[in-house]
Order: sequence, then structure tokens, then C-alpha cells
Amino acid sequence: MATVTVDRVAVNIEDERNLLELIRKVGIDLPTFCYHSEISVYGACRMCMVEVEGRGVLPACSTKPEPGMVVSTHTEKIRNMRRMIIELTLASHDCRCTTCPKSGECRLQAVANQLGVREVRFKQMGAETEKDYSSEAVVRDPGKCILCGDCVRVCGELQSVGALDFTGRGARSAVVTCFNKGLGEIECVNCGQCVKVCPVGALTPKYHASKVWEAIYDKSKTVVVQIAPAVRVALGEFFGEKPGTLTIGKTVTALRRMGFDRVYDTCLGADFTVVEEGREFLARREKGENLPMFTSCCPAWVKFAEQYYPDLLGNLSTCRSPMQMFSALCKDRLAAELGIKREDIVIVAVMPCTAKKFEARRPEFAEGGNPDTDFVLTTGELAVMLRESGIELANMELGSYDAPFGVYTGSAVIFGASGGVSEAVLRFASNELQKGSPVEFSQVRGQQGVKKAQAQFGDVTLNLAVVSGLANARALIDRIRSGEEHYDIVEVMACAGGCVNGGGQPITLDRLAAAHRACGLYDNDKMLQFHISADNPCLQQTYREHLDEHKIHRLLHTKYENRKRIIQDDFVLGDKKPAEAKLSLSICFGTSCYLRGAQQLYNGVLAYLRSKGLEEATEFSANFCGEHCKKGPVLTVNGKLLENCTVEMAVSEIEKTALA
Amino acid sequence: MSQKVFATKFENVCAVLEKYGNDPHRLVAILQEIQDAYSYLPEDIMAYVATALRVTPGAVYGVATFYSHFTLQPKGKYVIRVCDGTACHVKKASEIISVIEKELGLNEKKKTSDDLLFTLEIVACLGACGLAPVVMVNEEVHGSMNAEKTAELIKKLREEEGRNG
Repeated sequence: MATVTVDRVAVNIEDERNLLELIRKVGIDLPTFCYHSEISVYGACRMCMVEVEGRGVLPACSTKPEPGMVVSTHTEKIRNMRRMIIELTLASHDCRCTTCPKSGECRLQAVANQLGVREVRFKQMGAETEKDYSSEAVVRDPGKCILCGDCVRVCGELQSVGALDFTGRGARSAVVTCFNKGLGEIECVNCGQCVKVCPVGALTPKYHASKVWEAIYDKSKTVVVQIAPAVRVALGEFFGEKPGTLTIGKTVTALRRMGFDRVYDTCLGADFTVVEEGREFLARREKGENLPMFTSCCPAWVKFAEQYYPDLLGNLSTCRSPMQMFSALCKDRLAAELGIKREDIVIVAVMPCTAKKFEARRPEFAEGGNPDTDFVLTTGELAVMLRESGIELANMELGSYDAPFGVYTGSAVIFGASGGVSEAVLRFASNELQKGSPVEFSQVRGQQGVKKAQAQFGDVTLNLAVVSGLANARALIDRIRSGEEHYDIVEVMACAGGCVNGGGQPITLDRLAAAHRACGLYDNDKMLQFHISADNPCLQQTYREHLDEHKIHRLLHTKYENRKRIIQDDFVLGDKKPAEAKLSLSICFGTSCYLRGAQQLYNGVLAYLRSKGLEEATEFSANFCGEHCKKGPVLTVNGKLLENCTVEMAVSEIEKTALA
Repeated sequence: MSQKVFATKFENVCAVLEKYGNDPHRLVAILQEIQDAYSYLPEDIMAYVATALRVTPGAVYGVATFYSHFTLQPKGKYVIRVCDGTACHVKKASEIISVIEKELGLNEKKKTSDDLLFTLEIVACLGACGLAPVVMVNEEVHGSMNAEKTAELIKKLREEEGRNG
């Protein structure tokens, strides 16, 4: 067998894609910031440099293993080089570690420590930079960035969003958003996958912990906490447990000790989602409209769809996410039962997700200015709050949920893994269509980015696609649109592997962590009494006693809006703004309108104006998305909106209104 | 934002995009022509280019900021390029730069005069070392410059503007 010699040891070449993987196989932990097996090799950080006989110093991550190579990983030259690089990095890094949210989990800190760097020979560089707090989900601190480009590649390659990119050159290089705008003003979908790969504190979740403490300390408030499925198999990792260890019983006790008045579970919301989504699907199937039905639990996917697929919004399930269903129901019922004002109930959601922070702030999820979900904590934030309270999770006794919202089924628990929502809906549908069907649908399980499955109920065949990772979703939608593939249900989760791998989950180098966490959820499902959401007694009681058609619609469903990719002002297309414009035109140049022929419309209208000598008297402005994408191209003539506009329509409207 | 008014019409960008067949591989050439037409790269135009080429706005912004040839700020009518390459530098290009900055009220951060007439660019080498120190005004080369001659040149350009305006 072909071998490579690594530090005098012969190693067989198997299927390693690069020297780094091969060297790690021997048990040598080469440091690196920019190597992630799931994204492209970039070779930027130069930490994994090795000496290859006859070829000099090479980055291990981007060198293919070849038979007969003789590799040394810690020669004098390499050691000096590595220390030099880390010192230079530290010299241009904001090293105020004690107050950094990544402290303790920072790769730079860890590698500097691993290499025993005790002194930096270079002058500290870098001016004071401003943090970007514009996003609801993610905080950007450019002073911490070490230019590894991990976030750029994750956002572009795995999510096909590309919200972050490099600008400038050489010493002025920086990772920024487009036009240096705030992260909250651009097409970022808040998934937080950048947070997960950022080796330092340049990208971190926006923390709400202080506000949650304030609410807990406020005696006039009833503070409710709900925990999402994926949190229960990951929180333990902060306290020394392996990924996938179920800690829910201890967590309930810990939350009560922290001072939460009611401890509930988002899983109840998930059971409602299954039932509502299942009914919605069966109704759509009956009528044969708006299929395939896309799931709507993932807020990053919802924003993605609103930005890029305005024509598919009718295919999204109108169901709110489990978190939002739970909060709306909970505030509605608790306020009535406890006889307190809605404003005096504070709902805190513990989520594996950063995008949930954005979702909670969507204006449609509020009543009279009071949000349904008041605060969202990530799994990581809850761990910080537990530590702050001095609570050692391992020493907690097991606790159980408060009534009435603590009852849930196994269908809800598996929501945290990619394929879980589909399986839960399948269980529901099979129960409706054909009593006594099997309750496990293992074909939709697993960590693959795209899973296709068929389920047979009597003479009904359902085709499903389960995707995780938004680039996978984009490719699948293209195939559906081109007619290559047909589905009845498409489940989309923004993060690879689903919520277990969400942007708010513990950061780990263990590539199997997400799979272990998913496994933990499926095990938990087996332990529970009910496996079909419709069997949940609390859900049945709520439907019977508290919900009518109107309330179901108001509390459990939502609507979607076309959304601009970038927040920008309109601009005037002419040389100057005519002092007395008798004609005012505004054209949309957003993506959807562009694809529907906005440029041809613009040229046609301009030619018409010229031919009539109206150019001087016209104020012609443009915007980047007036959010009427489904009806593009859109032109406004003296305030009147023309949808699906053609040059003829525009000319006729101009002649009618402006020239009359 | 203060980008409400443009010097040239939007059809320029449409024409450029059509000329290059909306090919994302021609991004640099497209941006060059757009800069020629608009004198700089306006943010909205870059966003539109991204839409038309089906790349992210961030990628367009990345390319636009990578090359020092591109500018994201409007440029003055007269772009004064002062060479500060080795030959010009030893022949005191810095004195020329100071006099321009003083005359036009410019500094390291502010490159364009308030009346949008002048933009100062300091470049590494104009390839005319024999004429050092060299100053270019738009496409016109002025060799063997010094502080007095530079002040005189600015005065002349201003007078010309006064006559035309």
C-alpha cells in the first residue's frame, strides 16, 4: 500500500483528501483556523505548514498526499514560522480576552496556548473598531477578525447567501458585509453558521441574558421559559457531557432554581405545528393547490424564501414555527387563567438558533406592541447564565415540567433533527389516512444534506424531500422549478443536519457532534409515551376548550412578505431632479423584477419619453425592491402602481394620467 | 444617504451589461466601463450589477475595493495624479502634494474638493521617471514640477472653469 512518512512514521494513504487529514490520523494535532472539512480548502491561516522533503514548506491542508512523501511537522523552521504567524496574528487582534464572548472557546486563544506563546514581539496594531449591533441575531466585532475567511465560505458555499465577503487588499483586507452596511440591513438570514465556524470572537450571537435577568428579578412579571428540542441534547456539552446526552430533567430543575416561574417545553408548540401543518397539507392535497408544501419552522429558511423566492411564498406552510405557536398560545391562555395582563407575562425561549432572535422580533408576532416571544436565548447563552448562577448542571436533581404546557410527544422531540418535521407529519398523516401504520419513517433520518423518500398509505403515495443547508435548498428548488423533480412536501432547515447543528449550539470541532445529538433525540422519542402529535392530551384539551377557527388562525398561523435583500434608498435616474416634474416614474430593479424584464421596460419607457420630448419634465427614480415581487416588473406612474407592467401599459398610463 | 443625484443616466449601466452579455466573468471590465461612465462606482449601480450578473452584492463590492483603480466616491472633474514613486519622491513630490492639499482643502482622508472640481490621487509610478516629479491632470502630463508651478496650474484650471461656467 502507498505510504507517506510523517515524522519518521509510515502512514498508509487511504481516502484522505489532504496531508492534514493524514497527519491527524497519526494523532498529531496540527493547529489550523481555516480548515473545515465541509467547506472548500482555503489555505489562509498558514498554521498547518509542514516540511516535505524535496518540496520545501507547504500548507498541509491544501497538499495532496503522494506515495513516498517524507513529511516533518515540527522542524525548527516550522516551529519558528508558526510562532511568528501566531504572534503577528495576535499583534493585529483585539486581545482583550477577558470580556470577549468567545473567551474559553476561542481557537486563537487555544492555539496560542497550545504553542506556548508567552510574549508577542510585535507592536499591537489596529485602531479601535466599532461593533456592529444592527442584526437581531449576530454581533460582528471586526477588531477580533483574523481573516481566516471561514464565515465567508460557509455563508457562500453552504448557505448560498454570501452576506460576508473580503474587501480591500493586503494589510487593508477585511471581512465585511456588502457596502459595509450593518449585518441587519443586508441579506443575512441570521442562521449563525458563521458564528459556529468563527475561530475567534468576531461573530457571536447577540446576547439577551441581561434582559432576561432583569425580567426574572422583576416581581411584577410572570417569567415563562420554553426549551426547544435540540437544546436538551447539547446543553450538557458545556458541563462535560458528550454530545447527544439528554439533560432535560436536570435542566428543568436548574431553570426553576434560576428563578423562572413556569418551565415549559417548545415541544408542545411542535405538536401543534405537526397537527396544523398536517391538516394544511391534507387540505392542499385535496384541492391540489400550492404543492409542494414547504415547511416553515426554520426562520432562516423563511427569510431566505422571502428574499429569493417571492413566487414560492404561497407554497410555504402558513404555520408559525413551534416557538411562535407556543408563545402565542401560552400568553393567550395564561393571561386568562392567571387573570394577569399580557404585558406581565414574559416568555423566554431557549433555542439552538440565532435566527430565532430575529423571528421573535418580526412585527407580525406581536399584539399591541407586546411580542409573543419576549427574549430568545441560545443554548450557549443559557450555559453562561447557569454558570453565572453557580449552578452545576450535573448535580441537579431531575425535575418535571409545570402544568399545563409540559406535555409533548416523541414527534415533537425529533423536530430538532433534519427529517424530524417530515417524519412527524408522516406519522400524523399515516394516522389520519390509514390507522395503525408504522410510526417510524427512518428513510428521512440521517445527516445527508438532501434526502428523498416515498411513503405509501394504501393507494396514496407521498413524495418527500428533506434538505438541510440553504445551498442544498436552492439547488433542489431549481430542480423542482425546472420540472426535473416533483414532491408533495419539502422540509427545509437552514443548518446542515437541522437544529441540532444550529448557530446557537455549542461550538465543537467534533464532526460527529450533530449526528450524536440527533441520535439523542431519536432515543428520547422512544422513551416517551406518545409518538403521534395528535395523541398529545394537552393539545387535544387545548383544541377542545380554548381554540375556535378564528383563534387557530390568529395564534397558530402567519403570512409572508416579499423582502428586500439590501436596505437602500431609492435614487433618481436623471441628471437632476426636475423642479416641476409633471411626470413622476419609479421602477423596481429588484432581483425578481429584473428577471421579469425590468431593464427592457426601463429602456422602452425611456425611448418613449425621448420620442415625446418628455425627458426633461420627468422625474425617473428606481428602487431595489418595492416588495411586490410576485407581480413584477413593477412601475409606478404618478403614484399609481402598475403590476406585471409592459411598455404599452406604461405608455397608456402616462398618456392617461400625466398628459391629460 | 447623499447619493440621490447622479451625473449620468441609468441607461449607461444597462448598455454596459448588455455589451458584456451579463457575463459574471467580465466583472472587472464591466466595473471599469461603469466607472468611466459615472466617474465612480455608485452603491446602487453595484447592487444592480450584482443582480444582473447573479452574483452577491458582497462579491461585487469585494472586487471594487480590491483594485485601487476603482473608486467608490464621486471624483472631481479634474483628477490630479501626483507621482510619489522613487524618482519623483526624491525630487520632492511631497512638497507638491502639500501645496495641492493646502490649495484645495484636502487631506489624507478627503480626496475630492467640495465643489467637485478636483480630486487628488497619489500614485506609485506613472512611468515617466525622466520627467520627475510628474503630475497628471486627467490625461495631460506635466513634467519637472515644483510647488510654484503646481499652484499656478491649479489657478489656471480654476480660471478656465470660471470662464466656462
